[in-house]
Parts: sequence; C-alpha cells; structure tokens
Amino acid sequence: MREVAVIGVGMNKWGEHWEKSLRHVFTEAAILALDDAGVEKIDSMIVGCMSSGLFVGQEHISSLLADYIGQVPVPAARVESACASGGLALRMGWIEVASGLSDVVLVGGVEKMTDVNGNEATYALGTAADQEYECYHGITFPGLYALMARAHMDKYGTTREQLAMVAVKNHANGSLNPLAQYPFKVSVEAVLSSVMVADPLRILDCSPITDGGAALILAPVELAKKLKKPIVRVTASGMATDTIALSSRREITWIESTHQAAKRAYAMAGKKPEDIHVVEVHDCFTIAEICVMEALGLVEKGKGGKAVEDGLTSLQGKIPINTSGGLKAKGHPVGATGVAQAIEIVKQLREEAGPRQVKGARVGMTQNMGGSGGSSIVHIFERS
Amino acid sequence: MPTPSRYWREIPQRYRLEAAKCKNCGFIAFPPRLVCPRCQSRAFETITLADAGKIVTYTIIRVPPHPFSDQAPYAVGIVELDDGVRLTGQVVDCAFEDLKIGRRVKIEFRKVYQEGEAGVIYYGYKFVPE
Repeated sequence: MREVAVIGVGMNKWGEHWEKSLRHVFTEAAILALDDAGVEKIDSMIVGCMSSGLFVGQEHISSLLADYIGQVPVPAARVESACASGGLALRMGWIEVASGLSDVVLVGGVEKMTDVNGNEATYALGTAADQEYECYHGITFPGLYALMARAHMDKYGTTREQLAMVAVKNHANGSLNPLAQYPFKVSVEAVLSSVMVADPLRILDCSPITDGGAALILAPVELAKKLKKPIVRVTASGMATDTIALSSRREITWIESTHQAAKRAYAMAGKKPEDIHVVEVHDCFTIAEICVMEALGLVEKGKGGKAVEDGLTSLQGKIPINTSGGLKAKGHPVGATGVAQAIEIVKQLREEAGPRQVKGARVGMTQNMGGSGGSSIVHIFERS
Repeated sequence: MPTPSRYWREIPQRYRLEAAKCKNCGFIAFPPRLVCPRCQSRAFETITLADAGKIVTYTIIRVPPHPFSDQAPYAVGIVELDDGVRLTGQVVDCAFEDLKIGRRVKIEFRKVYQEGEAGVIYYGYKFVPE
C-alpha cells in the first residue's frame, strides 16, 4: 500500500446558515480545500453525509456535488455510517489513494440540518438508532446517551459536575476557533442550570444542530513532497462495528466499537495511547467524550470523569482533547464532523492552529462515532 | 405514513414477546435473527421472553420525538429480564423519584403511541413496578 498524505484542508464557518443550500455549504468547503492544496483537478471524490434525504429531501448527492464543484465526470461516491459518515469518507478515500487506484481524492462531509424543524431533525437523527426496538418506545439520542451517563455515574461515581466540565473545556477551546458555531465560554453553573433534555443530560451537555461542510485532499506522499507544505501523513485507519441498539450490548458504559477501531489503528501506526499528542473525539454529548477517552485507552476504564476534572484533557493538559471546540462548541453537521476532526488535527500538526495550538504536536488522532456507538472510526496522523 | 405491514410484522414480538433461542449456544435473540451473533449458528427455536426483570439504567425524556409529544415527560429504561435479555422501553405507573437502578419491574401490554386521524394505534410492552 502507498503512504497517504493530506495535502489540503477546507472548512467554512459552521452555524445556522438559512441563506445557504446543502450544495452551497459543501462547495465552499471544497473550494477552500482545493485552493489550500493548490490543485485544480481531482481523480475521485468521496462524500460523507448521514441523511440528505431526510434533511433536505435530496439523494444522489455524490453526482450533484461533483457537478457543483466543477469536477464532472470524476467518479464520486456518498458513504453513510450515521454520525461517523465523515470519518468513513476519509477511510474510503484513504483506501483509494493507498491502493493506487487514484492519486488525488477529495474527501468531503456535509449536512444541512436547518431546512427542517426541530421535530423532523430529531426524527432524522433518531434513524441512527434501532427504529423498531429503540425509537418505537420514544427514546431519543440525548435519551440514549443519558442512559449511558446514568449507568456511568452509578458504576464509577462519575459526577454531574464532571460531565459539565467536558462542555466547559470544549467551549473554552471553541472560543479560540473562529469557525465554531458557538465560539464562547460557558461555566459549570451555566451547564448545570440549563434546561433538562433527558435526565441527567441538559441542553449544554448536547452538541447542536448545525449546517456545515468540510473537505480535505488526499494524495500519495510522493506527490505531497513536491508541495511546499509540512507533510501530514495518515498513518492508520481503524474501523469497527457494534450492535446499533444500546440495550443489546453487555456493557452500557463501554464503547467497544471505539476500542476495537483504536486497537486496529494503534497496531497499524505502531503507536500506543501515550504516543498521541492531540486528539479529536466524538463528543456528541458530554458523557460520550468520557466514555470514548476510556475506550481509546487514554485513561483507565471508569476514570474519564476524574481525568477531565484534573485538567488532563485541557489545552494545557497532558493529552489535549477537542482543541477545535469539539462537536459541542464547533457544531455537529453530522456528515461533516469526521472530516472536520481530521482538519483540526492537520492544522495542529502543521502548527497552524493559532491560539489553540498544542506545542510540538507531531502525532494526532481522530475518533468519529455513529449512533450510540454502533460504528467507530479512528485515524492516526503524523507529521514527518 | 408507513404502511401497516411495518407494524403488523412486529406483532409477535411486541404483543407476545416472541424471541429466538439459538439451538447451538443458547443465545436469545430479540428480535429474532437468522444468524446467531455469538456462534453463527442458523438453527433457532421460538421462545417467550421472561416477563419481569430489573432496571439497568433509565432516563426521563423531556424533549420527545413528534409521536410522543403528548406524553412528555416520560421515563425510558433499559431492563434486564430474568432470562438475561435486555429491552428498551417506557417505565410507567412509577413516580420519577421512585426510579432506581436495580428496581424490579414487570412487563405489561400497553398503548405506545398513535398516529393522528385514522392512523394506526401502536401497542407494545412497557415496564411497571413489580
């Protein structure tokens, strides 16, 4: 297999973009990525998108978007793994370049979520859970993660304040990211007094509804060497699946798909958790970040809440997590999230992260997750 | 609106708790499956799930999906039945402050929700304190 590098990244401001359509949001990000790489033509395109059908009533967006970015007749595919669709797009693009099938591949992600009202958005997101045996009984996504939170608090003594501290940390990081949907700080008191969504989770424990796109350009390392930029290689791609119904899993508080995906990625890159300098994880809810830290092996099982409280994962901590602001502050246009996570790591490794730069970061990791953990995708990036 | 077949074909599970028990390793699949996720066997027998168990975890839904708008707030839990199978469902006839991990509950047949106008009324299992 060939070594693969990220040669360009592009992301626009995320938020509620009433004036922009799905194709517009995506094209803006793709243009930025193409310009950053300095390429005009691509060989292929992979787009991650969870549910353009339910959010904007449009399928067949692979061709639509290839057309709108001016690259017809390139081959283009849309991939879906719920909220991990962006991570899956990166994995598929990586496979395509590594295999030698294509040289320059645009990996994109997009979701346009504000063309429907809140009820319909809740329904669309709910399709990532088991329709017949979870959603049928009135559960929602905040509800599923609330079930995990309650169990984690009961089993390990994780506190309500520790959950809030995840949001506080990610908003502090997000306040340094001008592209974030909510670039402002929040306090523990604000989180704990925000409106209850699904006990014990409150609105400030939840990632928002967002319109946004993200794109990056992959190429073989040999080609990347000809460009005048630091070379960031994708040195591992790990993916794993699990039951999409939370109740079918033996351990409610343990995300086995993330554990398995990380195990594969660590082995492929020849790295251990302690070798990683900066991480972007799928904090769709505050409890998710805690469970994921544990499944990635960054902290011991059950110690995630304590690690957040001790500042281990803050920007100045031993292992900074979600320097971009995470899904919580940056926003969560589901299909774009996995790609944007990779963009943040590339910026960190290129030392282009400005005030949120992790000094000397040379190895980074992303973890993108579908549903309540039915799929997980982990990538490792290294600057050479 | 989905066609009634989508509802009708799940009736053995939702009304009668029919599950599939693997003849090779004993794994109980609910809903029934064609392949055992534990041993990959394809031989199953139909059994009925236990009708009581204990709460593994729970939440109170305050922001409901559309079909449940008129019910919020309501409790949803994951319950481990006495045969080891875990189900997601509403916990009803129980004050929120009495919800507790480990609390015993039993299954009752209840109305789950209904479509408007001439739509289908959806039934199924819910949990009530034992």
